[in-house]
Amino acid sequence: MSVLKLVGISKSFGGTRVFENVDLDVEKGDRIAILGASGSGKSTLLRCINLLETPDAGSIEIGGTKVGSAGRSGLRISERDLQALRLRAGMVFQQFNLFPHMTVAGNVAEGLSTVRRMSRPDARTRAIMELARVGLADKADAYPARLSGGQKQRVAIARALAMDPEILLFDEPTSALDPALVGEVLGVIEQLAEEGRTMLLVTHEIGFAYHVANRILFLAEGGIYESGTPDEVLKHPRRPLTQHFLKEHKRFQF
Amino acid sequence: MNYNWSFAPIFENWQVLAIGAVGTLRLFVICLVIGMGLGLVVALGRRAEARPLRWLSRAFVEVFRNTPVLVQILWFYYALPILAPVEIGPFTAAILGISLNSAAYSAEIFRGGIQSIEPGQWEAARAIAMTPAQVMRRVILPQAVRRIVPALTNRGVEIFKMSTLASVVAYVELLNQGKLIASIYFNPLEVYTIIAALFFLLLYPIVRLTYALERRLARSDA
Repeated sequence: MSVLKLVGISKSFGGTRVFENVDLDVEKGDRIAILGASGSGKSTLLRCINLLETPDAGSIEIGGTKVGSAGRSGLRISERDLQALRLRAGMVFQQFNLFPHMTVAGNVAEGLSTVRRMSRPDARTRAIMELARVGLADKADAYPARLSGGQKQRVAIARALAMDPEILLFDEPTSALDPALVGEVLGVIEQLAEEGRTMLLVTHEIGFAYHVANRILFLAEGGIYESGTPDEVLKHPRRPLTQHFLKEHKRFQF
Repeated sequence: MNYNWSFAPIFENWQVLAIGAVGTLRLFVICLVIGMGLGLVVALGRRAEARPLRWLSRAFVEVFRNTPVLVQILWFYYALPILAPVEIGPFTAAILGISLNSAAYSAEIFRGGIQSIEPGQWEAARAIAMTPAQVMRRVILPQAVRRIVPALTNRGVEIFKMSTLASVVAYVELLNQGKLIASIYFNPLEVYTIIAALFFLLLYPIVRLTYALERRLARSDA
């Protein structure tokens, strides 16, 4: 069953092409890692999926529903379309982007009470449940400033999970973390993968991608340059840029 | 210097000053509420989707920021009634002049505060499907207001002191009442000293309150 389908997605910034004509079909339970050199458009592709960036061309289908309608200049999307799409696609950011003026539980409950119109006590109960899932129920009443980077990112994951998304988008979730804190965040993501959640993961952790993903996309030259199973792409890359990229990342181990 | 201090007439006429103080406080509270409230509206107007709304908000700020309050009060009092069939008393003229001027200034303060919030906050809030209005109300403004409390305090102090300008249209506030006493007893030195002291005594506790507010709002900074 297709959860997400991108057809012919293109994006450029002020005349500079990021990617062109990208097609992607995500099945339920897929765990897709997106790799590529910096500037290859990995994050932009992810941001186009939940429309934090508006694609210049192409169409997006989520859960079988087409998002927006084709307009003269790219997609035309109403506020209602945006909301519907974002409720189905949860996003986790590189910089966490927690709301600093709300407690940890407040961060996780915010979408439930403001968007889903859940009562405050119910939203809090649900928030604490999600926090327990990422091992932070005891931090419910702390403010984000009190947390370590790894804890902040786990709260951000709980915040996304609370909205019951059909697909999770991770935008370099460990790139802003101290090396010592990367493991706890990857652990949570791995656990979500084992639960069978559908996810797209932009990452530089090639070893992690190999273990967790069932498909790898390598982005280069303005599009999906090579794709396949982790074994195909990471162990036996066929194309030169992929081979070069993997050689550059000597640190990775399987 | 051989000067005969004459504070006695001031203390004997304390009710005159009390009436003035009430007038000052009344003008201050009204202008504070309208000035800051309208300031927020104008700041949001400058970010509106609709171009005319943006243009209007911008024009408002430029007109009222770049003309003196004193002239505005005089204009509303003497000029507006010639143009339009309205009766404008000293109180209304003072409210209009001071509030609109303060709204223009606080609009810029709000705008700066809103712009200072990291784009990531918008993105995170939008990503959990909040509408732009919800993002503004729940995520952006609470953080922005916290950052601009000191600037808004400045604005509030300024509004309080601007209330003296209302004496130009004979609105009954502290300065106006002081002038009255000074003109009868010929003791400007004593009167204006007392007026200055009264302003300080009224303002300082208010400012202290805003410091307490700042501390309260800083709770989440850990």
